[in-house]
Amino acid sequence: MSWIAKGIVNRTDHRLSMMLAVLSAGAALLLTLIVLFLIKESWPFLSSRWHSGSWFDWLQYQGWYPQENRFGMAPMLLASLAVTLGALIVALPVGLASAIYLQFYANPKVARTFRLLLTLLAGVPSVVFGLWGLTRIVPLIALWQPPGASLLAAILVLSLMVLPTIALTSAAALASVSGELLHGGIALGMRRKTQILHIMLPAARSNIFGGVLLATARALGETMAVLMVAGNVVQFPAGLFDPVRVLTANIALEMSYAMGDHRASLFASGLLLTAMVWLLSWGSYRVTRNGREAGQYG
Amino acid sequence: MVDRLFGWLMSGCAALVVSLLLWVLGDVLIEGVAHFSWSFLFTEPEDSGRSGGIAPILVSTLWILSIALVTALPLGLGVAVWLSEFAAGRRRFSDIARVTLDILAGVPSIVYGLFGNAFFSIYLGLGFSLLSGGLTLALMILPVFVRTCESGLRAVNDEWRRGALALGMARSAAIWHILLPAARPAIGAGLVLGIGRATAETAALVFTSGYVDRMPESPLDSGRALAVHIYDLSMNVTGGDSAAYASALVLVVLIVLLNTLAQSLLEDWFKRRVFVS
Repeated sequence: MSWIAKGIVNRTDHRLSMMLAVLSAGAALLLTLIVLFLIKESWPFLSSRWHSGSWFDWLQYQGWYPQENRFGMAPMLLASLAVTLGALIVALPVGLASAIYLQFYANPKVARTFRLLLTLLAGVPSVVFGLWGLTRIVPLIALWQPPGASLLAAILVLSLMVLPTIALTSAAALASVSGELLHGGIALGMRRKTQILHIMLPAARSNIFGGVLLATARALGETMAVLMVAGNVVQFPAGLFDPVRVLTANIALEMSYAMGDHRASLFASGLLLTAMVWLLSWGSYRVTRNGREAGQYG
Repeated sequence: MVDRLFGWLMSGCAALVVSLLLWVLGDVLIEGVAHFSWSFLFTEPEDSGRSGGIAPILVSTLWILSIALVTALPLGLGVAVWLSEFAAGRRRFSDIARVTLDILAGVPSIVYGLFGNAFFSIYLGLGFSLLSGGLTLALMILPVFVRTCESGLRAVNDEWRRGALALGMARSAAIWHILLPAARPAIGAGLVLGIGRATAETAALVFTSGYVDRMPESPLDSGRALAVHIYDLSMNVTGGDSAAYASALVLVVLIVLLNTLAQSLLEDWFKRRVFVS
């Protein structure tokens, strides 16, 4: 135990250090347990696919008919990706523009109110967005292209949900760029637009990108808001007005009555979601670290 | 000219965002107030929630939230203190712990729900209960809470640690009397994040704490959280929209209230630690 006692002479300190180490180990164990349980519960599904040689069938289209033992997850995976990508395409430019406004154009009082509103919105529960989307956005789309509950509705609601995150992280990224760069731009007589687009944005890009990846992870994992407005029909998303079902919504809808292989397949899709989020956090970690190493001038 | 156009474009986008956000909040406020009355808070739901109130649902929500916080706060604070103050000699292990926590912070809540269902409800035999729901949420908010507290503790100037050492303070005393109070904004932020996420959670609770809208008698009873109630009213109950909006209003106000309360309690507690003891 010498590594714990190193530099600790007091007895209470020693006890505290031991106690906290045990606590940390317990927490680490609990969190490992999450992954282990996901694997354990999805094992029947994974191994039976493996033995029957149909391991990659879930990627090919064979429909999602759990009763007939056909678990084609590909349409739902694609729907998840389409909804996430669409939400980012809508939210990124608007969020970035809001961050630029917040950082360079708004006077301090307006900026404070705007920031407060964004923080408040970031804390609004996803069911509330879902409820709002279901009673406002879906009827609006239905006027134009019935039935209304569609890929488009999910994209719009989700983009509204990730907007505050993107705006706030991008504003923080812009604020952390060294003032010298901006002063240099001003001294060279650049226009405001050039200063922002060609100096500040490139200098802050790695931190902005990190924030966007986090927002992507949030959008990918969002369940309730998407479930409430997307229509939940299992099919390949062919158009913006088609109802779709995403992976997370599928788990929420079927978990309450799923048994056997069906239940295991839901756990497998949970594992898939976790892996995707893991890739995203790894990407964001790499990007922000590279940005830091390259320095602000990179 | 181009410059002014660009400025207008940026301000226009910001105005668009503000008006959209005000539209959402305004809708919740207007529709919510229309159905809200004080008796809404204190009566049982009737006609599957179309009329009546949300009393048992509020009680279940508070049960779940307190179980989650009582579990996650001490555990999270302990882990954060260990990571920032005691793990210095184990660089590799603490780095792995940090990366793991970051990944877990991003795992979708529905995956926590799957785990909670398999582990708490079935493996530990707690069934669909407020206890398994609360414990699931505790696990869900733990990574975020640990990471915010830890970065707050890390940001405390090393001078303070050296000062405490020079005064001959025990490390535990330095942590209790100096470092934790100094890191209080970060602890507060972690608390706010945790309360926000736990109160807003729906997906993870549907198959851990269940759907029953009766008044819970013990933590082992099943109970319906407010967020689940809103989901049920808007998706499964035709004509439940106005009650759903009123519940949404209560939920948003509840989150704001709890956050203010938590912040002021924290402030209070630490003030006493710094100035009296």
